[in-house]
Parts: sequence; C-alpha cells; structure tokens
Amino acid sequence: MTYISNTDAERKEMLAAIGVSSFSDLLAPIPENIRLRGDLNVPQALDEPGLVRHLQTLAARNLDMESHLSFLGAGIYDHFRPSVVSALVSRGEFATSYTPYQPELSQGMLQAMYEYQTMICALTGMDLSNASMYDGATGLAEAALMAIQIRERPEVVVSGAVHPHYRQVLATYLASTGHKLVETPYGDREALRRAASAQTACVIVQQPDFFGCLEDVGGMVEAAHRAGALAIIAVDPIALGLLKPPGELDVDIVVGEGQSLGNAPGYGGPLLGFFACKKNFARSFPGRIVGATTDIDGRRAYTMTLRTREQDIRREKATSNICTNEALLALAATVYLSEVGKEGLRQIADLCLQKAHYARQQLTQLPGVTARFAERPFFKEFVVRLPVAPEAVNRRLLQDRLIGGLPLGPYYSELRDSMLVCVTETKTKDDIDRFVTAFGRALQEGKE
Amino acid sequence: MSEPLIFEKSAPGRRGANLPACDVPYQDPASLLGAENLRASLPLPEVSELDVVRHFTHLSHRNYSIDGGFYPLGSCTMKYNPKVNEKTAGLPGFASLHPLQPEETAQGALAVVYALKEILAQICGMKATTLQPAAGAHGELLAMMMIKAYHAQRGEAHRNVVVIPDSAHGTNPASAARCGFTVRSIPSNDKGCTDLSALAAALDGNTAALMLTNPNTVGLFESDIETICRMVHEAGGLVYCDGANMNAMLGITRPGDMGFDVMHYNLHKTFSTPHGGGGPGCGAVSVQANLEPFLPVPIVEKVGEGDAATYHLNYDRPHSVGRIHSFFGAFLIAVRAYTYIRSLGPEGLRKVGENAVLNANYIRARLAGFYEVAYGNQICMHEVVLSANRQKQQSGVRALDISKRLMDFGFHPPTNYFPLIVPEALMIEPTETESKETLDSFIEAMIRIAKEAEENPEVIHSAPHHTVVSRLNETAAVKNLDVRWEPLFEQK
Repeated sequence: MTYISNTDAERKEMLAAIGVSSFSDLLAPIPENIRLRGDLNVPQALDEPGLVRHLQTLAARNLDMESHLSFLGAGIYDHFRPSVVSALVSRGEFATSYTPYQPELSQGMLQAMYEYQTMICALTGMDLSNASMYDGATGLAEAALMAIQIRERPEVVVSGAVHPHYRQVLATYLASTGHKLVETPYGDREALRRAASAQTACVIVQQPDFFGCLEDVGGMVEAAHRAGALAIIAVDPIALGLLKPPGELDVDIVVGEGQSLGNAPGYGGPLLGFFACKKNFARSFPGRIVGATTDIDGRRAYTMTLRTREQDIRREKATSNICTNEALLALAATVYLSEVGKEGLRQIADLCLQKAHYARQQLTQLPGVTARFAERPFFKEFVVRLPVAPEAVNRRLLQDRLIGGLPLGPYYSELRDSMLVCVTETKTKDDIDRFVTAFGRALQEGKE
Repeated sequence: MSEPLIFEKSAPGRRGANLPACDVPYQDPASLLGAENLRASLPLPEVSELDVVRHFTHLSHRNYSIDGGFYPLGSCTMKYNPKVNEKTAGLPGFASLHPLQPEETAQGALAVVYALKEILAQICGMKATTLQPAAGAHGELLAMMMIKAYHAQRGEAHRNVVVIPDSAHGTNPASAARCGFTVRSIPSNDKGCTDLSALAAALDGNTAALMLTNPNTVGLFESDIETICRMVHEAGGLVYCDGANMNAMLGITRPGDMGFDVMHYNLHKTFSTPHGGGGPGCGAVSVQANLEPFLPVPIVEKVGEGDAATYHLNYDRPHSVGRIHSFFGAFLIAVRAYTYIRSLGPEGLRKVGENAVLNANYIRARLAGFYEVAYGNQICMHEVVLSANRQKQQSGVRALDISKRLMDFGFHPPTNYFPLIVPEALMIEPTETESKETLDSFIEAMIRIAKEAEENPEVIHSAPHHTVVSRLNETAAVKNLDVRWEPLFEQK
C-alpha cells in the first residue's frame, strides 16, 4: 500500500492491543450522519511510472525558460542557478527536517540560518535579518504593519513605481486592519516627498523600481524621516552586488524577493521574502530569528531566539502570525551566496547591467522603438515603447522560441504601448542579437 | 566537533561559481549607475566550490530529518515525503516557468492548479479552493479577511469578535488579531472538547466567527460539531476550521459536511510536501458558496472538457479581498501535493486516515499505564496528548526533560507544552507512514524513560548525552543577542 507499512496482521495486533474488535470502533466519536458514505470523488490512483508520465505530459504543455529564451522579469527572474544549490538543498537531511524547535537535533539548519541572516545583513547593510518571510510582497506588508505599530500612525505612503503585486498585497493587508494606503504617481518624486506627513507611519519605494530604474532612495529617506516616518525599501538582491546597501542610506526596514538567489521561478512559487532592519527594532520585527549562544559544555550552538515576539507564546499580541516560513529557500540562498561569493555576485550584477544596456541600445535602433524613462539610470530591466501592440510582438516571438518582456497595459493603462524587458547574466550577446533580430521581424510583420 | 561558519573558511581570492566573461561592449558601472550609487565593499565569503559542498554536507549531518528518523510531533503530521514528488516538481516545464507568461504557454501548470483546487474541495466537502496562501497561518489570515468582507457586505461590519478555544494553536488568535478582530477565548470542558455553555455565553450579535480545530488540539474529535456550527450560524457568525489535523479525517469525514464555512489545509502536513526545516509550505483555503466571491485573485477557470479543455485566469472578481501573495502562491508545492494525491487515489486517501488513527490509538493504549493521558483514556484520532504531570510531581521530571532524553534513543521528541491547557503536554502524532517496529521502539523508549523517572531521574535531567550539542543556554541567547557574525562587519 502506498507509503503505509502496516500489514493486515499488524493491524489486527494493534486493534487487539487497543482493546477493540474492529477499526470502526475507533470512529465512535464521529457521528454516523457525518461519516463519508463511499469513496471520495477524486481521480483513481496511478502507479509510479504512470504518475510520472501524467505529470510529464502536463509539464510538456508549458513553454519553459529552458527551451525558450526569456526576456521576462517583473519580480521573478531567470538567473543562473549553480548546480551545487539544488544538489545540497535537496539532501533529505535538510528538505525533510522540521522547524528547529529542538536545537540539539537541528544545528545544521540553525547554523545555516545564522549564516543566511549574516549574508542578508552583509548585502543590505542592516543590523539584523530574520530567517525569512513568505515572499517580498508579504514581507513588505509586514514591514508596513510593523511601522504602523512603532509609529502609531494610520497611513502608509507607497510609490506607484513599486511592483503592482506588492502594492495589491499591501492594499489587501491594510484594508483588513483599517489603515490607509496612499499611492503616489510613479513619475513624480515630489509627490512622494509631499505625501509624507504627521499621519504617515512609513514611506515605501522599490530599488530598482518596477520599471528597472534607479530610485532616489536618499531623497525618500530624508522626506520620511523629516515627517517622523520610517523609510522602507523593497530591493533586488542581485542589484546589491553593485548598489550601495540601503543601510548606508539610513533606511529603517529592507525587504525583497530572494528568488533570484539560487531559487527556481517555479511559476511564481514557492518564494523567499527577506526582511532586515535596524537593531533598535529588535523587539518589534516579525518572523523567526536564529541566535548564537553556548551549550552547557561551552560549545558554540545556535537556537531560535527572541521567541516572545512570536505567535506560540504571545498569541494575539504577537508581532506577526507567521509560523512556517521559507527556510529551505533561505538555505538555497545561503548556498548560492557562498558559491558565487563576494566577487561572483558583483560580477553577476555587472553582467546583468552590461547586457541590459546593450540590449536596450540594440532594441532602440529598431524603427519606431524608443526607451521610456530614458534619462534615468537602470539596472537589468528597461521599458521600451513600441509602434505595434506588445502582446502581438510577443505572440510572434514565441514562434521563434523567444519569450518577450511584460506588456505593461494591464498594470498601467497609459503604458499599454510599452513592454518591460529584462536581461540577466544568462543571456549571451548572440542570444540578445537573435532576440533583437526576431523583435525587428515581429514589429515589421505587426505593421503589415 | 563543531562546524565552522562558512565565513571562517573564507580566504581572499577563492571563487566558487564558474561565470562567463562579459561578451557585450563594456561600460563603466559608475558611468551607468552613478559613482555615488555604487557600494565600496561586499562582505560575502570567498570559498571554493568544494568548500561549499563540504560545509553544507557537514551541516546536513548535524540535522535530524524524516529521512533519518521518527518525528512523533503532534499537529505537524511528519509523514514520509515521497521522492517522486521531488521529481515531478523539478520538471523544467514546472520549475522553469515564469508566472507572467501568457496563459497559452502555461496550460499544463494551470491544469495542475485547477485539478488540485477541485480535489481539495472534494476532500473537505466545500465548493471552491485557493492555493494562494503560503502557509497555514497565511490561510487563517486570508479566511479572517474573507469573513470580515462577508459581514461588511451584509451591512454587519460591527461583527468584530472572533471566538477561539484556549486550546487553539497560537496562530489562530494571532491571525484574527492581525485582521483587526478582538479575540474572545473560551475554555474547554473536562472532556477536552468545546464547552457548549461557554460557547453559548460567548456568542452574540458581535460574533464574526468561531475558529475551531477538528479533531481538536488534544487529538479528540469534537462530537458536538454539528451543534457547535449551528449555534454559531444562529448567532450570525461563520465557522472556520483549522485543518492542521486533516490527516485524521481523510476519506472518513469532511469539514464541509459538519457545517464549517471555510478551512485551511497545510499541504506540508497532510499532503506530504517536505517541511524544509521550516518551510516552504502552502496553506490552501477551501470555502463554501457563501465565501466564494471573496477569494483572492486570480481564479483559474476551465473551459471545455478532457483533452480539449483550456484554462484561464480570471481577475474580474469584484468582491475579492484582493491578493495576499505575489503571483499565484507556492505552485511547486501544489505540484508535489497533486502528485501525492494522484499516487493515493480515493482508497489510498482513506487508508491514510485509518492508519493514522490506528497508529495513534496503539501508542495511546500501550503508554496509558505509564503516563497520564489528557482528559482520560478516550479514543483519540490521529494524535494523543500525554501529560508528564505525574512524573513532575513524583521526581521533578518534566516534559522538557523527557523530550531531551528521547533524543538519546534516536527519536525526535513529540510536541511539547502544546496545547496550553494540558500541563507538561507531550503531543504524539505518529502518522500512517511509520512501521509497527518504529512505533514499538518509540513505545519502549517512553516506557524506559517512565521507569528512569522513578529510579534514576538524574539521567533524564542531564539529557541529551549523545547529540552534537547539549542543552543550550537560551537565556544567554536573548541577553547577549548575536544574530549575525559580527567579525564580518568589523572588517571595514
């Protein structure tokens, strides 16, 4: 029987030890009328070969980024995933382990989380990092709620250049707590600065912003702090291979999406939210944190700490309701950052920067293609304005086994003629040239 | 022997990853990004690939896991994590798929989401399901949001109280509070179940919902569940089922048939997706028709049947509470759960429920002579709660000590000190995937420890003896807070 070892003989022995004559005696506490009659209406079981074939058939109906060159970004990225990451993370000792509540049995995972926290602090320049949130978007929502708690103010100000999903998740969370979300237009930094008032708990920007452009983080921090609000930023961890860490700009809370750090795109999940903040917020932040200590014999040891903030102890007064987080993906990020290291991350960021700039330069030489936000510095993504509907261009590109960038119409209707293109270190010059040639052909055919 | 930190193995100039050179015309990053925006240093380790492999392999040897041993953790359902699930979740057609690709290029993925949604609704007897929540607590939060929206839409936004038993998992009141509700706690009765008169007293015109775990956190089936649901509905509230204990009910009974309006699943418990040392999880939520309009966007819809079926994302949901996660949620976890359910089929699912209940009652029956069984020796469901109260009174041996001593026998301890209503609680959930030999071995260890508590308590107090570290100084961990390796930051 699938995954069950009890034989009929053993079941009989156990029933005898329990002192009942049949299994149905054990269901006595369940009222008869709510017991399921017959079988569950779910598909019949498949044997292992049939099961694999079934899932392979379904997987084959998808056009994935291994068989198609993808220039799609917008929060999930096609970055290099070193082989060591999956090899180490798929070890059963990590993957099938439980939350490390019993430190004596979990030093492996606990030490890895301590290393993860250290690396996130190194990348972001912040004092402390937790052991993960569900994703960048919920991490941002929790950061906003934390700011509201600390500042005791009702409003959150967010730039319209923050990822649409992140703003939606913020809106959903704040609607349930009855707080106000103020969104300012993406092109207007003055509006963001003006929006910070005595009612504002925090001001939020994204770096690079949703359009790939560098944001004026210093200006935002200054405006937030002047209004007595916290400065919160959602940051791309790969960009931190080159960019100044937010900690040096006096940002209070840094969140972001860690999928780029060695984790698969996975059709959107599971994901990895990282969360870091200043040390004076040590009693207020959400999520687990691992600390170093010693055991009774004086050995260095690691354990979950600052537990009195958490739901199992504080219940409705906890700093968050989070319990299960994204530990295995945080482990993957730790392996990734160890494998690429100090020089490697800088190099990967630089490659993204160089290739994205080359791609934009080549694309804007195509007739009718212009860059939006052309005056702003950008990192690995950029927006191009097209003379043909972006969706039509993408349909044509698929025939050349290329996945084009994100049409922006569904998110910003005034940008429906535009596409957000992403170029990571995984694209060679030949890949980019092929993309540009096919793009030109798609535009040509689209005009006919 | 301890394992140094990866930072302690670092040496300048060492490199792991083998990266390509830049093949496009190079431009100085300072000119592209502005010199003032660049970082001066990046304090990450410099190690070789073999260093990385050895380091994390050594760490893995310092970690207990299901693949290595038994986890009788009540409420966690630490069943075997099938390897075929890893194979299917690793297929490039799933793993290398971008969530914002056009629908036409992701039909296989949408088919999995749709199929799993429908299956989960069938298993719990409800109408519709979302896979968007990333964990049980996230599912609870979503449910609280939907319940709030439901009452608001009916002009009853004043309903701001959520009733929760004192035996509930801490995430229940935390999730309700997160949503702006006031939590009203009710005591359990002397049988360990919901006290109906306490419930009646707690319900009024301000009741938004009751949050209940069934089987409850003492491992007992709430036999009065239909009455409970009726009482809450009559007061104008909705009933939420914390589905953490769903393993006991698979193929046997369904929350939807009991009167529950909404529930969350823990796919990483009931449906075998690996715990990963603390996640990733997926807290799928199922609802009855009354809450369906409030589900998060997007909804996956199916047009046509069989091989001609196509799947589409519907964002046009005017009453949706919005989004609670970027993109669609933990899709690769859904692939694993779907694979698992397809490997079991309806009969296999029922066998899970039956063997989970059988195994737990077997442990109960064999240990009842040595430890107090909470609330008397009643038939339990998939887990049993023992109390080390007798041992504590007789020789000062507590649940914590017994837990540490179990490690010397090669077992991960059961859940300790939960639920809060049982003193010195030891909550044991064997799951259906453990063999009788393992159960007997665990039972014998527990019996031996009960004897040691009488004859030689010191060996229990000084446990564990054979783990890589002994008991930790948790107080020092808080007092001398050390949550990142400071020497790395002093190197500036």
